[in-house]
Amino acid sequence: MIENALPDDPSPKPLKTVPLDSWHRAFGARMVEFAGYSMPVQYQGVLAEHLHCRSHAALFDVSHMGQATLSGPTAPAALERLVPGDMLALKPGRQRYTLLTNEAGGILDDLMVTRLADDRLFLVANASRKDIDFTHIAANMPPGVQLQPHDDRALLALQGPAAAAVIGGIMPEAAQLPFMGAAQVALAGIPCLVSRSGYTGEDGFEISVPAEAAQELAQRLIDEPEVVPAGLGARDSLRLEAGLCLYGNDIDELTTPVEAALTWVISKRRRADWDFPGAAAVRDQIENGAPRHRVGLRPDGRAPARALTEIVAGDGTEAGTVTSGGYSPTLSAPIAMGYVRKDLAAVGTALHLMVRGKPLSGRVVPLPFVPHRYAR
Amino acid sequence: MAKPPADIRFTKEHEWVRLDGDIATVGITDHAQEQLGDVVFVELPEVGRDVASDEACAVVESVKAASDVYAPLTGKVVETNQSIIDDPSLVNSDAEGEGWFFRIEIDDTDSFEALMDHAAYDEYLETLD
Repeated sequence: MIENALPDDPSPKPLKTVPLDSWHRAFGARMVEFAGYSMPVQYQGVLAEHLHCRSHAALFDVSHMGQATLSGPTAPAALERLVPGDMLALKPGRQRYTLLTNEAGGILDDLMVTRLADDRLFLVANASRKDIDFTHIAANMPPGVQLQPHDDRALLALQGPAAAAVIGGIMPEAAQLPFMGAAQVALAGIPCLVSRSGYTGEDGFEISVPAEAAQELAQRLIDEPEVVPAGLGARDSLRLEAGLCLYGNDIDELTTPVEAALTWVISKRRRADWDFPGAAAVRDQIENGAPRHRVGLRPDGRAPARALTEIVAGDGTEAGTVTSGGYSPTLSAPIAMGYVRKDLAAVGTALHLMVRGKPLSGRVVPLPFVPHRYAR
Repeated sequence: MAKPPADIRFTKEHEWVRLDGDIATVGITDHAQEQLGDVVFVELPEVGRDVASDEACAVVESVKAASDVYAPLTGKVVETNQSIIDDPSLVNSDAEGEGWFFRIEIDDTDSFEALMDHAAYDEYLETLD
């Protein structure tokens, strides 16, 4: 009965490893394949790790994600040719969430962009998309702007209400960062790039660190009594509670920022110029409405409605599809996100979720499921 | 390891079956719960349902994934364990005891004997690593 359960390294082809691979295994991590990498999915258990992150702090290794620097005098303007966000107005030391869009307005990836200096941007992209992203970006840069991927760096995320106190004991400057602020900080001589951001809805930090120093940093963080290591399992349940999109599930090349309820990433200036890839399609949806919307969903019972669950309207017509779904450890109840027809997207709309052939009642609810607690 | 009771059998799908007369109690093995992780939801068959051997008749879900539980033997469901509906974590804490799933009345005890005994199941688990 466990064919669908978390498998141990099921892939026959050799997996890439992260710098902390042996460290994870020494902690008893269960390693699984994710985006071509062997990654820890859990240590003590998803539930305990999830709840510890909400109550104290958890350390995630997200070194499989793509890191790169875009440099050159016109780097911010050049990146604006590919994304709908305002990169020119992004101040040094500030970070922004943005999207790579295609000519149809579809989402090629979501990424974090940090302005390191006037002529340098630091990018973090999804593991499953980084090769596509970096090829796409490099191919579209003008002379004088270079993209340098950092395969030699690890990325750690410390998340939770105790994260600031923990980081403050190791890197005092980092604890002073505002939400979505970033700084280059030396830790015992190790050059790190720290940003106050994350993927859990909690206050927290993401730390880019040279691969050879990753273990020292991870160990120092985990030695703090408030911190436990957490795997991709808890990362996924935390981000779902926070209503955050997972690329490949909730957003992809066939979803637009408008449908995905990510219209806020399109800055005011970019909406005046409408000059990002897919701007015409996106503008049309903003002005005339999108056919479907990403919404939060709460099944009424206790059965989780997983990704790809069909959603049916009260009158029996097709309503949409669940794109992420599972169990919320914080709410002790099933939660889901999905796309529904625009006439069914209002909060409170009753819907049916087709779980194992049976219609389970549920309704549209606001996102996030668990309030964000970012530093302000 | 203490010698386990002789009346327990196991399936390749990681169910255990304990036979008492013609009543078979079915659950998932400790190995299965360990692999699944935190169980958060269980769906059990209706009492009175006729089930065939290898038929999917229950569901167990962890935070991450849903898995089917199969009837290891042919028979009629006579009882289900409300305790694991109310507290699915029982499947983790006592998979081969209080965490049982359902009971079926079977008409053929020979098929029970044909399932793996504890030693055979342990050997089978070795082949999975």
